[in-house]
Amino acid sequence: MSLSILVNGQTKQVRAGHTVAALVREMALEGRRVAIEINEEIVPRSRYGEHQLEAGDRVEVVTAIGGG
Amino acid sequence: MVQPEQFVSTQIDDPLVIGGVAYRSRLLVGTGKYKDLEETQRAVAISGAEIVTVAIRRTNIGQDPDQPNLLDAIPPHRYTLLPNTAGCYTAKDAVRTCRLARELLDGHALVKLEVLGDEKTLFPDITATLAAAEELIKDDFQVMVYTNDDPIVAKRLADMGCVAVMPLAAPIGSGLGIRNPYNIRFILDEATVPIIVDAGVGTASDATVAMELGCDGVLMNTAIAHAKDPLRMASAMKKGIEAGREAFLAGRMPRKRYASASSPIDGTFF
Repeated sequence: MSLSILVNGQTKQVRAGHTVAALVREMALEGRRVAIEINEEIVPRSRYGEHQLEAGDRVEVVTAIGGG
Repeated sequence: MVQPEQFVSTQIDDPLVIGGVAYRSRLLVGTGKYKDLEETQRAVAISGAEIVTVAIRRTNIGQDPDQPNLLDAIPPHRYTLLPNTAGCYTAKDAVRTCRLARELLDGHALVKLEVLGDEKTLFPDITATLAAAEELIKDDFQVMVYTNDDPIVAKRLADMGCVAVMPLAAPIGSGLGIRNPYNIRFILDEATVPIIVDAGVGTASDATVAMELGCDGVLMNTAIAHAKDPLRMASAMKKGIEAGREAFLAGRMPRKRYASASSPIDGTFF
């Protein structure tokens, strides 16, 4: 069964039970410094492995870029 | 006679203290608008800045994992990173951004709060700024806050517990210099936390003027990044800040309307 989620504003299909850790791997962001919120709640890095995505989740994956 | 080596830089014994941490440099710089990361890195290094602002944005989906990243160029172990809330027009977005920044930087609590009110001027929305500051302080953030050059608001933000108050000199990115030095002086007269001019500086003399007024520091981005030679301007800004600080500490001579000869009149032979 697949679920539809939004990642940085784009629709994405993931398997049921897909974790945040798996999503980070798929996005080739493993080991990179990012922060993630799902439905406007922070998901701490320590919980990526256990946090499972649910249908309709709005995921934001952010990093630091140049700014003033 | 005083030996020349006794003249030491005021930078050593005159730290800028923000949130209990002492900094040698009174120049804070942004990392936006540079040609590339290498130029960013070199300009920041030349400026001597220790506190460096960054923005928080979505990662590019499917980006090349080997592509260099800002935090490789400006490593958090070498600089005090100051994540900003640039682009936020509501208190809620600003608070969200700060929480993401804290997670991104492993619990780092220092943030630059700016809640904008208008796209053309980028002036702050003060009511939203006050609301966001209150929420962030309650959540144990150390808030350096961008605000207007309004002495009443500046005092209120300091009283709330912001660790630094950062009035604009002129609109962000305008390079117009200090438009209202009298207001900045009012803010300084009542200051209980560091006052850092944030935004509007165009060239080194603007930074010097801010420091001569008695500001504790200056935060700038475009003035360096959009100079014809950003690296040379980074060096100029460092010197401008140091010169202004030393002039402030030295205390300028009073202004007079008429001349006063520098050479003695006694002993003339003509």
